[in-house]
Amino acid sequence: MSNWVEVGQLDDIPKQGSRVVETSDYNIAVFRTVNDEVFAIKDECPHKQGPLSQGIVHDKKVTCPLHNWTISLESGEALGPDEGCTNVFVAKVENGVISIDLG
Amino acid sequence: MKEKLVMIGNGMAGMRTIEELLKIAPDMYDITVFGDEPYGNYNRILLSPVLAGDKTIDDIMLNTIEWYEENNIKLHAGKKVTEINRIARKVTAEDGTVEEYDRLLIATGSRPFIIPVPGHDKEGVISFRDIKDVDTMLEATKNFKHATVIGGGLLGLEAANGMMQHGMNVTVVHLGDTLMERQMDKVSGKMLKKSLQDKGMDFRMEAQTAEITGNGRVSGIKFADGTSLETDLVVMAVGIRPNIELAQQAGLHCERGIVVNDTMQTYDPVIYSVGECVQHRGETYGLVAPLFEMAKVCANHLAKMGIGLYEGSVTSTKLKVTGIDLFSAGDFTGNEDTEEMVMQDASSGLYKKLVLQNNKLIGAVLYGDTKEGAWYFQLMRTSQDISDLRDKLLFGESHLGDSGHGGDHIGQMSDDTEICGCNGVCKGDIVKAITTEGLFTLDEVRAHTKASASCGSCTGLVEQILEFTLGSDYEAPEAKPLCKCTDHSHEEVREAIRERKLTSINDVRRSLNWKTEDGCPACRMALNYYVQSAWHNEAQDDPQSRFINERAHANIQKDGRYSVIPRMWGGMTTPNELRVIANVAEKYEIKDVHLTGGQRIGLYGVEKEVLPKIWADLNEAGMVSGHAYGKAMRTVKTCVGKQWCRFGTQNSTALGIKLEELTWASWMPHKFKLAVSGCPRNCAEATIKDFGVVCVDSGYELHIGGNGGIKVRATDLLCNVTTEEDVLEYCGAFIQFYREDAHYLERTAPWVERIGFSRIEDTVVKNEEKRKHYYKRFLEAQKIAQVDPWKERAVDGKDKYEFETIKVVQA
Ligand SMILES: Cc1cc2nc3c(=O)[nH]c(=O)nc-3n(C[C@H](O)[C@H](O)[C@H](O)COP(=O)(O)OP(=O)(O)OC[C@H]3O[C@@H](n4cnc5c(N)ncnc54)[C@H](O)[C@@H]3O)c2cc1C
Ligand code: SF4
Ligand code: SF4
Ligand code: FES
Repeated sequence: MSNWVEVGQLDDIPKQGSRVVETSDYNIAVFRTVNDEVFAIKDECPHKQGPLSQGIVHDKKVTCPLHNWTISLESGEALGPDEGCTNVFVAKVENGVISIDLG
Repeated sequence: MKEKLVMIGNGMAGMRTIEELLKIAPDMYDITVFGDEPYGNYNRILLSPVLAGDKTIDDIMLNTIEWYEENNIKLHAGKKVTEINRIARKVTAEDGTVEEYDRLLIATGSRPFIIPVPGHDKEGVISFRDIKDVDTMLEATKNFKHATVIGGGLLGLEAANGMMQHGMNVTVVHLGDTLMERQMDKVSGKMLKKSLQDKGMDFRMEAQTAEITGNGRVSGIKFADGTSLETDLVVMAVGIRPNIELAQQAGLHCERGIVVNDTMQTYDPVIYSVGECVQHRGETYGLVAPLFEMAKVCANHLAKMGIGLYEGSVTSTKLKVTGIDLFSAGDFTGNEDTEEMVMQDASSGLYKKLVLQNNKLIGAVLYGDTKEGAWYFQLMRTSQDISDLRDKLLFGESHLGDSGHGGDHIGQMSDDTEICGCNGVCKGDIVKAITTEGLFTLDEVRAHTKASASCGSCTGLVEQILEFTLGSDYEAPEAKPLCKCTDHSHEEVREAIRERKLTSINDVRRSLNWKTEDGCPACRMALNYYVQSAWHNEAQDDPQSRFINERAHANIQKDGRYSVIPRMWGGMTTPNELRVIANVAEKYEIKDVHLTGGQRIGLYGVEKEVLPKIWADLNEAGMVSGHAYGKAMRTVKTCVGKQWCRFGTQNSTALGIKLEELTWASWMPHKFKLAVSGCPRNCAEATIKDFGVVCVDSGYELHIGGNGGIKVRATDLLCNVTTEEDVLEYCGAFIQFYREDAHYLERTAPWVERIGFSRIEDTVVKNEEKRKHYYKRFLEAQKIAQVDPWKERAVDGKDKYEFETIKVVQA
């Protein structure tokens, strides 16, 4: 079952940046890469729940602000030697509007 | 159409320049090369081993005729250029060949000096410079018995040794009383002479040649004192003269050599020159290491990249005679202002002399055992202060430290120790090539790094490094590039930012061919800092390349909430400020209020959305950001000083406030803390700060490079000054020098240790002009930087998106 929700304009998010969508259960971080691709993942680092939305976005990855783990925006998985995974939501951009599928 | 580059002089310096150019700009020019000699380019240095029979001509070819073809370079081998027409921009060779140029490179080297005594033009009188000379000598060894070499320098001794290997009786005639007197002192010169005599060489010392005798062909030499000597061959090796006739005819400014500037440009801006034919800052050179440095710089400018200056070289020498180890560098004669350290063991043939001046090594002569040469040379080139190494200096680097594995000489060697002097290759470069390229043999290392590919005297060391690196328990050293997105070091990147005026991260990445599209956290933050520190007026800040703390102007805590720490100038506060803080803490239900180590009050556990509201309240009471979250000036800690304390000598609190007013809001490579203590009891702990002031009766002691973190380091005393104005000026200059020189994320303590205290003293204390320059730059930068980031966001609404959620979804 899909549950698409419009969350805002592409231009609301700076390139290589992120904004937060609040839901009743948790926060979702929505990322915009340097090439305007958009990804959405749960705003919790698999390490110690650091807010990934506050990290540094590079390529299709984000580096957590707390202890520098790097997480893939495509898979939600920790990269390199670290192990762990956070939830990924499907995101799309149509006519400059971002929607994510809350499932 | 491509521009045309013509090079005259197919030798070591010129071809190195072309190779460097092809590396960085392979398709920029149509290249044409003229060479007087009828071959490709060969390694002139190794003519000595060829003469001695240890190598063949094929072994020493660097660029074969096929190489020129493969690289689309038109080679006119065996054609001597006789005219440069600067107006028509073309050159003409002896046989009438004409080539036009857009840029011209002159690398004509030098020619041996022939003493103009009567008979110097007889058959059998030659020099030692090229393949033809070697052929003549080898031919002579077949038909004759006696050879004489005039000149007991490096070249002469190598020639003599070579001919001796073929069974000739060789006499070396020398004008002075010490062999190789430009490299050896009297003691080592004597030891050298003894070793060569033991090998069978004859000497005529302090002998002045008056005439070369013989009927058509040489048969003897007459000396000024009336004595004479029979000989069948005379090799003159008494010095070289830069080959400048061609340049002179073309009207280029020449003195002893062709005069060039730091970019290797002659007085005609489209004509460059490198090699032994040039004169740079009054010096001419006769060894390849400086010529290769010139080549690199010249290639860079030919490629129109415009970075790199050639600023002269310190050179070192080794003699390539099998069985004799000698090393010499720098000024080894000494004078009243220098001191010497000498170690001599005549029975085992060991001699070591080091010359020191102002606690720095300025010269070294080693005989018998030269393995410490690389280390000494390193100490000289970096002008390192050796006060702390003094008692161990003479024994060498392998005796430093307390690790106990005595013979592990390679392991102890630092990564930036130069191994190959000719090509400027350091240990780290070699180790890195071995590990990343998977190299196993000496030839592979030569091909990848050029180490040991020129004169070959470092071959032993390179082999030891191979052995050491391929050993099992080897740990990879830290890589030198800024990060894995580039091969450039911090220094190279900063230089490019300055020289090419790069004002944004994207410009840097584009200009230096970054390997990743948008970098990684390491380089993004460093580059953002570097462009701004170099171009504070024009650089663009990229908030997405700042760590969250600097983007949000608050410190992220372990639960994702933030802390707020307002500035309290010099650690002073007022009842009103305290009241406002108390109100804020209650109004926003702040969980913890804490006193920080830098004399500030911190409010902990603030949600991000609330930050701008708290800041607005604090702003209203006149309080601004304390930058407790940034790679920035953090705090100036003070004691109450003369104002209240019975020991106080100066008004430390007021001075602290002035310092904080001067330095607040300045971005740094890393966090930066100051303190001012009112007397040497030092209650403000000024001697573990990045910049500390200790007040004394006569004024102020300025301290630098302290750290109270993981690794405690007490400061170094920079100097004493007498007025508050001076304190501010020295402080500003020191900070600016640190900002422009240190690597990003390098605190002052490791920085001081890396670059050496004396460089800082030279810049900030001893050189008034530099101090003023840096202070002025600091003030300019501060004019732009000193804006309260809290006010910009809380009141003026900057970067609103940073503090708001984009959407709240009701489930
Ligand atoms: C036997 C020997 C041993 C040495 N050992 C060492 C050593 O151990 N370590 C060290 O560092 N250095 C050593 N050197 C010195 C080193 O070889 C030189 O410093 C270096 O080769 C100089 O390079 P260059 O390009 O300036 O000149 P060269 O290599 O001399 O190149 C200049 C070329 O230009 C050509 N040329 C000149 N005029 C014209 C013209 N008008 N038209 C066309 N072509 C022209 C010349 O024929 C020559 O081929 C040694 C030199 C010799 C001879
Ligand atoms: S450092 Fe000296 S002046 Fe300052 S409080 Fe301590 S004793 Fe007093
Ligand atoms: S000492 Fe350690 S735990 Fe305490 S504030 Fe500093 S980093 Fe955090
Ligand atoms: S919480 Fe993300 S790295 Fe530790």
